[in-house]
Amino acid sequence: MTIEQLKNEEKLTLAVEGRIDTKTAPELEKTLQDVLDGIKELVFDFAKVSYISSAGLRVLMMAQNQMNQQGTMTILHANDDLKEIFEVTGFTEILTIV
Amino acid sequence: MVKELDIAAVKDNLDAALQFVEEQLEDIGCSPKTQMQIELAVEEIFINIASYAYYPETGNATIRVEIPPEQQQISITFIDHGIPYNPLAKADPDVTLPFAQRKIGGLGIFLVKKNMDDMRYEYVHGSNVLTIIKKI
Repeated sequence: MTIEQLKNEEKLTLAVEGRIDTKTAPELEKTLQDVLDGIKELVFDFAKVSYISSAGLRVLMMAQNQMNQQGTMTILHANDDLKEIFEVTGFTEILTIV
Repeated sequence: MVKELDIAAVKDNLDAALQFVEEQLEDIGCSPKTQMQIELAVEEIFINIASYAYYPETGNATIRVEIPPEQQQISITFIDHGIPYNPLAKADPDVTLPFAQRKIGGLGIFLVKKNMDDMRYEYVHGSNVLTIIKKI
């Protein structure tokens, strides 16, 4: 998994590539801990994410929890398989998935 | 076809577990989506065993992949000798709750249930035996 950061004042886009699983989710969590300070608009670009497991969903919940206190969070370009996982877990209702 | 892998149930062996299952899938040509769903189930179950079965010690897990000759389904059985734990006895998370009432985590086994066609658990001779079945 790689994470590309694109910061524009208070907007931060994290373009993630690869798999968000038990092994890589801690790295995403760590990145979020380091970069969210002062961010009002967090965008995940998942165009190149091929896989997500519950470990990744957990990190997204934590990120949403943080962003609820300081701004907005959006997930862009998730593929159909990812969208199905977001649907069965009810994430489409509680997160902003475009 | 029946193949077995017996490895230490530790997180670092997740790749070995996934690779073993993927190798068995190669010959039967299942769709990328089915493959992803099986991979997800294997990750969630193996990591559960690695995290809780023997805690704070460690132990082994056996992964048995069975594909009958007619190849219409794959069955994967996970066997560990840790504390008795029936993941099917746990209530599903309520995925309709608003964000503030949702728990962070606890979605692993739920995802397995949703992505597999059947799931069975039994405790036999001191072992947890969990089988997942996916039609292919």
